[in-house]
Amino acid sequence: MKITSRLTSTHIVYLVVLLTIIAGTILVAAAGRSFFSAGNVSSILTGTSVLGFIAIGQTLVILVGSLDLSVPYVVSLSSLLAAGIMANQPANILPGVLVALAVAAVIGLINGLVVSGLKVHGFIATLGTGLIISGYLATNYKGSSGQAPLSFRLVGATGLGPVPISTLIMLACAAVVLLVLDRTRLGHSMYAVGGDINVARMSGIRTSTPIIAAHIICSVLAGMAGLLLAARLGVGSPTIGSQGGYDLLSIAAVVLGGTLLAGGKGSLVGTLGGVLIFAMIDNIMSVLQINPFLKDVVRGIVIVAAVAVYAGRRVVSRTARFDDTPQETVSTRQEVGA
Amino acid sequence: MSTLAPDRKAELRRDRSPRKDRLLRGMRTPGGAVFLLLLALLAAVIVVNPSFGEPGSLIRFIGRTAPIAIAAIGQYFVIVSGEFDLSMGSVVTAQVIIAGNLIGQDDAKVLPVLLLMLVFGALIGLINGLVTTLLKIPSFIVTLGMMLALLGLVLYWTGGAATGNPADTFRQIGRGGIENIPVLEILPYPVLILLAIAGGAFWLMRRPYGRTLVAVGDNARAAALTGARVWWIRTRAFILSSLAATVAGIILVGYAGVHPSVGRGYEFTAITAVVLGGVVLGGGRGWVLSAAAGAFALEMLFALLNFAGVASTWRDTVQGIIIVAAVAAGARTWERRRRGASSATHDKQTPIAQPPAVGTNEGGK
Repeated sequence: MKITSRLTSTHIVYLVVLLTIIAGTILVAAAGRSFFSAGNVSSILTGTSVLGFIAIGQTLVILVGSLDLSVPYVVSLSSLLAAGIMANQPANILPGVLVALAVAAVIGLINGLVVSGLKVHGFIATLGTGLIISGYLATNYKGSSGQAPLSFRLVGATGLGPVPISTLIMLACAAVVLLVLDRTRLGHSMYAVGGDINVARMSGIRTSTPIIAAHIICSVLAGMAGLLLAARLGVGSPTIGSQGGYDLLSIAAVVLGGTLLAGGKGSLVGTLGGVLIFAMIDNIMSVLQINPFLKDVVRGIVIVAAVAVYAGRRVVSRTARFDDTPQETVSTRQEVGA
Repeated sequence: MSTLAPDRKAELRRDRSPRKDRLLRGMRTPGGAVFLLLLALLAAVIVVNPSFGEPGSLIRFIGRTAPIAIAAIGQYFVIVSGEFDLSMGSVVTAQVIIAGNLIGQDDAKVLPVLLLMLVFGALIGLINGLVTTLLKIPSFIVTLGMMLALLGLVLYWTGGAATGNPADTFRQIGRGGIENIPVLEILPYPVLILLAIAGGAFWLMRRPYGRTLVAVGDNARAAALTGARVWWIRTRAFILSSLAATVAGIILVGYAGVHPSVGRGYEFTAITAVVLGGVVLGGGRGWVLSAAAGAFALEMLFALLNFAGVASTWRDTVQGIIIVAAVAAGARTWERRRRGASSATHDKQTPIAQPPAVGTNEGGK
């Protein structure tokens, strides 16, 4: 009884991860391959990196009670900018990366300002900025362009043992964001603003700062995903983001990880579990050579079924800043005061 | 009871401000402003291209916009109840492909397949609604899953390339019309369908169901406490949304033919139209006909860009700027209303009869 009540959504996410690993082992073994071969593990982890970057940022944006639908276009734009500036010159790698990330940050800043300043719902604000970028991309780029130099392409291709470098960078970003969420004032105000913006404002939090910060971090991470895709493909592509459907998939991964779509409650660790589930299911389906259209059917059902498992369950909010136990004394004191 | 009714009505009438004031106040809400925006866009289009103002081409424009306006009306029901329907585009595509594959050149099959499509649409809405309300999964996720699964299933069924060309009698629903009308030359069937659906939606929103739907969207818990069956009310909204997508699909078969990309992005266009019509995401606020007007404003904007010679690739950008600007302006207005600036004009008509009793905080500000 006590165990079930303590089972937070993050635990359930990782139980689902475990379940997926078991199912994957059996299914892949039935196809005569090994789920845990170095090549397969490496391909699963590679699958987590792009969606992982975006989902980390999306977690922050959803935690503050907003949404980011502009990520696929930021991904495409950053891949094009980086590949275009690099133009196969190793010396241009740093400027290319910096410009791509700076442009992504500016887009995030605009998103944040529109959401917090003009009080536009995040859904509409980022749908709007996404459309604006999409029009720019369609007008100025007819197809793939630019060229990433070999040394930059190595980032997408090499790894430490079975773990790709790109996944390590993604996990490093996750660690930094986790630290920000759990240990800094900014992180705590993100939870507060997402929980109830009016209460947060009345408690003396500048409500626009966490919203803007979450949007900037999300766009920069989407920019990182774009850089990674440019490194993998060797070129920038105007459709790479929208083809991947990263906007809705990242939101699905975040919700799969146990974060409330309404904001204020959730965990980054759960999101990483959600991304891992997606990557493993994709991997299992490609190993089993399932029809690509049926893959979408499976994805759709998994998203709904996985979220159904812990619907209405206690969502881990965050590490408590105050102890739970003195709650009773607080309430009695209030009674005395009244 | 019957003796009470006339008194209550008279009282209601006394409390109301004059019709002109109410109209003016309505125009200042986002839902009213969209009609002004629509008129301004229409004027701009006619300035750029005077032939657009002729009744014949105007009615054809309305016919072209009918499917998206119908989809927006359907999406309105879901959004005003506080949910999302992202599966709309997939439902449109699925219905178009069903029509293409099942009807073929056989006129006798038109009616049964039409019925099947409506039942199928209602079933999709029922599943969306029940999973959302009974399993308590956010509708964003449920309909996202439905969008992926439904499109995947339909494409798997057809092998990815939709073929088939339904009988001409079926396509006439979308492209035909009543001919030889004096001024208009032709009255397209989509316009008639749109009028019927808009009228039905208007009527439904004045029925107890519509009132409860808005109440559920505003505050589901309060609505439940007053005895509304929230789960069934929301589920019916999802069914209406899927049915609207089905009708849009039927019309689109006539216009665009059978193609797996027909419904792509329809959900976002419909949501954009609804929001442009001043309906608040999150539920509880907005008028159904404003949602339809939002769809017309959006299409009118595209027509304007087209006539002004803007490259079609910039369409997205302009659409993005317009929705953000429109919603930002709308957010300001709602906020002002909430603070009570414009409700003061309403209070002028009905001054508070007596000051609050001493010792209460009511009206203390």
